[in-house]
Amino acid sequence: MPRLPEKLEETLELLDLVPDRAERIQLLIDIADRFEEVPPQIARRPFSLDNQVPACESEAYVWGERRPDGTLDFHFAVENPQGISAKSLAVILDEGLSGAPLEQVAAVPQDLVYRVFGRELSMGKSMGLMGMVSMVASMAKSLRGIPLRPGPQ
Amino acid sequence: MSEIESRGYVNPNVLVSTEWVSQHLQDPKIRIAESNEDPLLYGTGHIPGAVEIDWTRDLNDQVKRDYLDHQGFSALMRRLGITKDTTIVFYGDRNNWWATYAYWVFQLFGHERARIMDGGRIKWAQENRPLSREVPQYPPSDYQAAPRDDKKIRAFRQQVLDHLQAKGHLIDVRSPAEYTGERLHMPEYPNEGALRGGHIPGAANVPWARAVNPDDGTFKSAADLKAIYEGEAHLSPDDDVVVYCRIGERSSHTWFVLTHLLGYPRVRNYDGSWTEWGNLVGVPIER
Repeated sequence: MPRLPEKLEETLELLDLVPDRAERIQLLIDIADRFEEVPPQIARRPFSLDNQVPACESEAYVWGERRPDGTLDFHFAVENPQGISAKSLAVILDEGLSGAPLEQVAAVPQDLVYRVFGRELSMGKSMGLMGMVSMVASMAKSLRGIPLRPGPQ
Repeated sequence: MSEIESRGYVNPNVLVSTEWVSQHLQDPKIRIAESNEDPLLYGTGHIPGAVEIDWTRDLNDQVKRDYLDHQGFSALMRRLGITKDTTIVFYGDRNNWWATYAYWVFQLFGHERARIMDGGRIKWAQENRPLSREVPQYPPSDYQAAPRDDKKIRAFRQQVLDHLQAKGHLIDVRSPAEYTGERLHMPEYPNEGALRGGHIPGAANVPWARAVNPDDGTFKSAADLKAIYEGEAHLSPDDDVVVYCRIGERSSHTWFVLTHLLGYPRVRNYDGSWTEWGNLVGVPIER
């Protein structure tokens, strides 16, 4: 299986069609505008450190909520109001990975970040964004083959 | 006396307030420049008329690990319509972290007409001042930069080794977890960072963001800064100081504080920082 999940691949192909830096930035900002914070039935402040993305200086948090079919719905919070890149990536991960087969989510590579944002990222920024990808993949990895148990992870 | 002057800095003129900037938006001798950690932020809206200076794209050599040379700097200045008489006002996200980095690089080329907008982007936004998505265009200038001078404010690894042997003062501005070596890099990403954790022996740990007020991103008063750097880290203005972090970006903020706000004349930024030191063979490391 592990190809990229179909919806994620579609988003990446859309981004590939926009090589111009300014246009791509605008597209990523438009994506960030769709960001919705984790609903209160999943998590409320203060958020658990278990859900905090390590190395992310925008203070991003990730939750995985199991669907009846065993796949995950992903939810995010970004505490830094200026963390536009983190919000944009959160939307891409939510829309591209929620409901996707866990095998595929577990295999999503961290360098997805470079395909989304290009290589012109500071080291700190790329580490934080990669941390978001890594955390989502780890959640899927830890649940593969585990019997369904409802509720947030 | 302005509010900034009342804070007791040695060189208060290096800072301008958000109000000052708002009164100089149309001033042709002023060029406002936004420099951010987040590459999307400028596109969401910036101070009207502000240009973007992106650290990775505009200030770095695109092949080797180094800053641009004087020809590259001249080309950047020409593109942004900046002359030797233009005063550049930097601001940005993350408490002006990247703004001070850009400021420091500009000093390698001797462009002294430079200021930092106190409080940066967050203060401007908190005060509901206008933001624009229009990318300004300025007529190109004929800027001729002087050759880059790394001697005074930049330190290389051999100089840091010499400094260490001479028992010079070192300030590590990373987080305590990075300083102790507890946090080195992302799991599963061993190449992004350093092979060894810890700090340069003898370095004091003063995380860079302690120099700012967290609510509005403004710099703390001179008295508060002295309490941190002189009271806790035992520096004094006569000291020869080397500051470092992971790649020299956070430490440029501390360089700015020590050099301009507290008036230390001998502060160098080791931009090789931990990504160089933590990978070097045979250099001493303390945990």
